[in-house]
Parts: sequence; C-alpha cells; structure tokens
Amino acid sequence: MQGRPRTLVDKIWEAHLVSAETAETPAVLYVDLHLVHEVTSPQAFAELRARGLRVRRPERTVATMDHAIPTRRGADGRRAPAEGAAAEQVTALERNCRDFGVPLYPVGDARQGIVHVIGPELGLTHPGSTIVCGDSHTSTHGAFGALAFGIGTSEVGHVLATQSLLQRRPRSFAVEFTGALAPGVSAKDLILGLIAQVGTAGAAGHALEYRGSAIRSLTMEERMTVCNMSIEAGARAGLVAPDDTTYEYLAGRTFAPAFANWDAAVARWRTLPSDAEAAFDCELRVDATALQPMITWGTSPGMGIPIRGVVPDSGGDASLEKALRYMGLEPGKPLLGRKIDVVFIGSCTNSRLGDLREAARVLRGRRVAAGVKALVVPGSQQVKKQAEAEGLDRVFREAGAEWREPGCSMCLAMNDDRLLPGQYAVSTSNRNFEGRQGPGGRTFLASPLTAAAAAVKGAITDVRELS
Amino acid sequence: MKSVTQIRSHTVVLPMDNVDTDQIIPARFLVTTSRDGLGRGLFADWRFDAEGRPRPEFVLNRPEAEGASVLVAGRNFGCGSSREHAVWALQACGFEAVVSTAFADIFRANALKNGLLPVQVNEATHAALAAAPGAAVTIDVAEAVVALGVLRTAFPIEPFARYCLLNGQDELAFLLSRETEIAAFEAAAGHVPWRIR
Repeated sequence: MQGRPRTLVDKIWEAHLVSAETAETPAVLYVDLHLVHEVTSPQAFAELRARGLRVRRPERTVATMDHAIPTRRGADGRRAPAEGAAAEQVTALERNCRDFGVPLYPVGDARQGIVHVIGPELGLTHPGSTIVCGDSHTSTHGAFGALAFGIGTSEVGHVLATQSLLQRRPRSFAVEFTGALAPGVSAKDLILGLIAQVGTAGAAGHALEYRGSAIRSLTMEERMTVCNMSIEAGARAGLVAPDDTTYEYLAGRTFAPAFANWDAAVARWRTLPSDAEAAFDCELRVDATALQPMITWGTSPGMGIPIRGVVPDSGGDASLEKALRYMGLEPGKPLLGRKIDVVFIGSCTNSRLGDLREAARVLRGRRVAAGVKALVVPGSQQVKKQAEAEGLDRVFREAGAEWREPGCSMCLAMNDDRLLPGQYAVSTSNRNFEGRQGPGGRTFLASPLTAAAAAVKGAITDVRELS
Repeated sequence: MKSVTQIRSHTVVLPMDNVDTDQIIPARFLVTTSRDGLGRGLFADWRFDAEGRPRPEFVLNRPEAEGASVLVAGRNFGCGSSREHAVWALQACGFEAVVSTAFADIFRANALKNGLLPVQVNEATHAALAAAPGAAVTIDVAEAVVALGVLRTAFPIEPFARYCLLNGQDELAFLLSRETEIAAFEAAAGHVPWRIR
C-alpha cells in the first residue's frame, strides 16, 4: 500500500512517536541521544534529585565540558583549570554524571570537545535519529539527516527523567541550493547568505531541509556548518538527507554500527530522504553559484552583506540604527579595509579539521598583522590531535596565532577569552549579538578563509585577493 | 509550578526587535549551578555601565518601571541561545508576561514551562501597547485575552500549555505519567545502537 508522500522530518518524527499529538496534548517524542554539558544541566540534575528520579537511559546520554572551561594552557603546558563558579559547574557535572551513571568525557579525556563536534566525530550522530541538547546549536547534527534541536534546562530534565519530550510537529521548509559554490565561497557564506535573505525569524516554527546540488557536493563538515546556523534563521532544526557522503564519514567511527549492523543501518538510512512527491509548507530556491563570501556588519546574524558590499542605510529602522551605533559604522561605506583587533577561528560552527585546513591554507608562510590577536581553538581533542599530526598547529604558531585547547572559547565569552570593549573581531562563530564575545566587543561573522585573510591584513579583506 | 490564571499590571515597553537571549542575560551570568539570583544579570549590559552603575536612561531603570510585571517587547523576542536563564532572570525581576508580535520558539517553550506567559498579539494591538508605556493591562489565561482599556485582543496559546498554566501542572509530571507508553515504545524499538564507554 502506498502511503502519503513524506518528508525526511515526517519519517523521523513518525518513527519516534511514543504517542501522537492531539488537539489537547502535544506528541510524546522519544529521544535517541541526549548530549549534556556543564552550563545548562546542573539545574536539571537538581530537579531530578529533588523529585527522587533517576536518569532513565544513561546509555543514551553523553556529557562533556566545553562552554565555561578555559582554553589557555598554564606554564606546565596543560589546560588551565576552571576557577570560581566555572569550577563549580565542572565539579557539579562530574558529581552528577557519577551519581546518575552518565558517561562523561571531561577535560583531559581524549574524547572531550565541543558537544556538537564530538557527537559526529564519535559516530554517535546517526541518520534518522532524534538528538537533543541544552544548546541551540544542536541543529548541527541535522547534517546527518537527524532531527536535532536545542532545548531549555527544564526539557533537559524531562529527557534525563523520561527520555522523551512533549513536542508539536514542526512545519517543513525546503531550501534548494542550485548550482555550485564558486572558489573562495564556503559553506559559512552559504548559510550567512540564506540568513541575510530570510531573516532571523524567517524559519520560525519550521524545520529546514537543505537540498540541491550545492548541498550534495558539500563535505559532512561543511554540511554541519550549514545546519549549525539554522537556529540563526529562527528554525527549530535544519537537516540534510543522508547520502554516500554521510555513510563514508560515519563508517568505522567509534559508536557507528559495525559489521552486519552497519549494512542493515545503511539500508534503513537509505529510506530516509524525502519522497519525491512530498510537499513542504514553505519552499525557497537559492542560486548557490551567485553567492559571494559573506560578512556580517551588525548585531544580528541576519545583518550580512557580500564582502565587497557596503553597510546598509537604516531607513529609519530603530533596530538597524542601534546596530550601526553599537558597531560604530557609517551607512554606505564598505567594510573592506576596516581595521580589526582580534580574529577568532573556532566554535561549533567552524572548528573542525576542514575549517582549520582552510585557515592554515591562508596563514601558511604569512604573518598575523602587527597588533592583531589571533586565536585558533580546535573543536575537540580529536581535531586538535589530527591538526597537530598535519602540522597545522605549527602553521598557526609560526604565523603568530595562538593555538588553544578545545572549547567554546570566544564564541560566547563565558571563560576569559573575551573581546575588550570597543574591539573589533572577525569571528568564525555564529552570533554577533551585542556583547556576545565580551561586553562592548564588536563582531564580524565570516568564514575561516575570510577570518584568516583578516588576520594577515589586520583588516577586513576579500580572501580571493590574497595571491 | 504555581498556577497562572490572570495577570494585572502596568507595562514597561522595550520596543526593539530581535532582542536575543544574550541581551536578556549575558553568558557570563550563566556561570552558576543555580536558577536563583539571576536577576542581577537581566539586560545587564543595557541596565548597567562598565562600572556597574545603573544607566538612568534605560527603560527598566526608570521609576515608572517599578513593580511592572508585563514587558512589551519587539518582534522575535528571545531569539538566539536556548538558555532558560533568560526566563529565570525575567521572573527574578518580577516579570510574569512578555507581549510581542512574535517569539523565538525555544524562548516560548522555556517561558511556558516556568509560568512566564508569552503573549503574541497582532501589529495593531502591539502598536497600541507600545504607544502607552505604563498602561494597566489585564491578561486572562483561561480566555487567552489581553485587555488594554476597552481594547481586548485574543492571543494564541497551545492548549496543553494553557491547561498546565491554569492547573499549575508541570510537564515533567505528565511525561512521568506516560511511563507505560514509553516503556512499550522502547520495547518495540529494540536495543540502543551503541555502547558508550
């Protein structure tokens, strides 16, 4: 019997229904994998203790430390210890994981890293699965054709206690990127371009499905960069249907299915892509060939322009005026050539091996401009190890950049990696909100290529012009 | 969660669009293991200068903001980070409802789980509220209506969330009551596809 054509999200959704939604109650949705970190979990564990509850499925839960920990090394060459309240968060996570039997990859473990970097690299992120984490960039895992989304701390408690969530089905939004990216234009530019087009609430209430030839030709790491920033378009999730690129990435990873289970899993995953006749609530086509390297000028990820563009006029819009004032920019002027103080290469958006290779390609044999502080923060211990095996750390150090220990670092300035008031940074992270990288700090979001070019020139630069 | 049936308060108006949760509470205030004591971080970089002195021009620092429990905010309120601390900080400063033309999804979910009411209204009602800072409003949860004088506007609210608000029920208790169904789902779905070590 032929059923109604279904989207990728429909298929995952329906396979995880403990009970379907009704007019009165949301669906009870089963969660396959719950990722936990030190900042959004302590209050949830406290709730479990207060109610005398256990963690229902510790084997479906994995914890690490990434947000608040230092990325500096001390004089002994080891990572500086967390201090004060951050140390309390680290200790609380250790205690909670021990008491509730949750696997933890703490600082010092070879598997530690940014939660959205380690899930995929350990092979925990499976196509067709449901994945949640108390972090809005959980959408990253959608690159594997998983339904992955960020939740608040109350919901972290719900999943710990019941491995389930109350959810309404998201609406569907297909974005097809036709053509292919031009040289010097990266996955980061693709997603910044989309957010600039649809706005930061453009996909609210929807799960995005990224499709088309320009998506198919991306590596898994590049797909993760795209899906990562789905939340910056307001989306509840962002997915790419799995294909051979996905399976090649996953094969042989620690927690990927193996042997006969692998073949069965791939056969199952091959049924996941949206049916040809499936209808979406919303559809958009973008010509990827026309995309340029992008950079944000303002204080919202939707305030992006092509690198050779000019800062827009506010047109009387109070939010744009506020952004112009905060950023200290004049409308009608280009960003190219504007002096910068800091370059940050890292975050769950752009801290994987491919990102570091791109940055190293620009920095090899060059120097970070005088007066510019450049920070390269690998996404995980595995990324760090691989990068060092390739000599990328040497490229960065010889160029005058700092090579740090894995963590979220200057993306959100929870540790001491912060901008000073008034400083300008080109950052490969995901948010340029006021003060995001430190109170008074001013952020231009861009790709690793563009960030590395800015480090070399000490100013905003079109990487395609570096010979 | 305590039940929420009706909110009566004067308003405070923060009309900017796209107020993200990093503005509502900057990340450095998240370095805590508690949900208490977050009020100091609410809009910290807008309320206080670098030396920690209140900025008198910021709307929440004005005398008329005193005691207001309804925040009238711009479009796409609560976008960005999933931090529930944003909701806890608003509640720590006495807010019981936020009115906007649109809320970010995760913020809305977090708010409802804590009894902070997200009230989504149309442009016309929003304009009327934004033009009358300090006006007395009544928000009725059962009727899902916000009233400003004679202007009465219905707002959408997910039926289960409304039930939970009115009855002071929390979602976790509901999920725990579905144990049989969850166990049946797990039995049918088979084993966990990995062994984490």
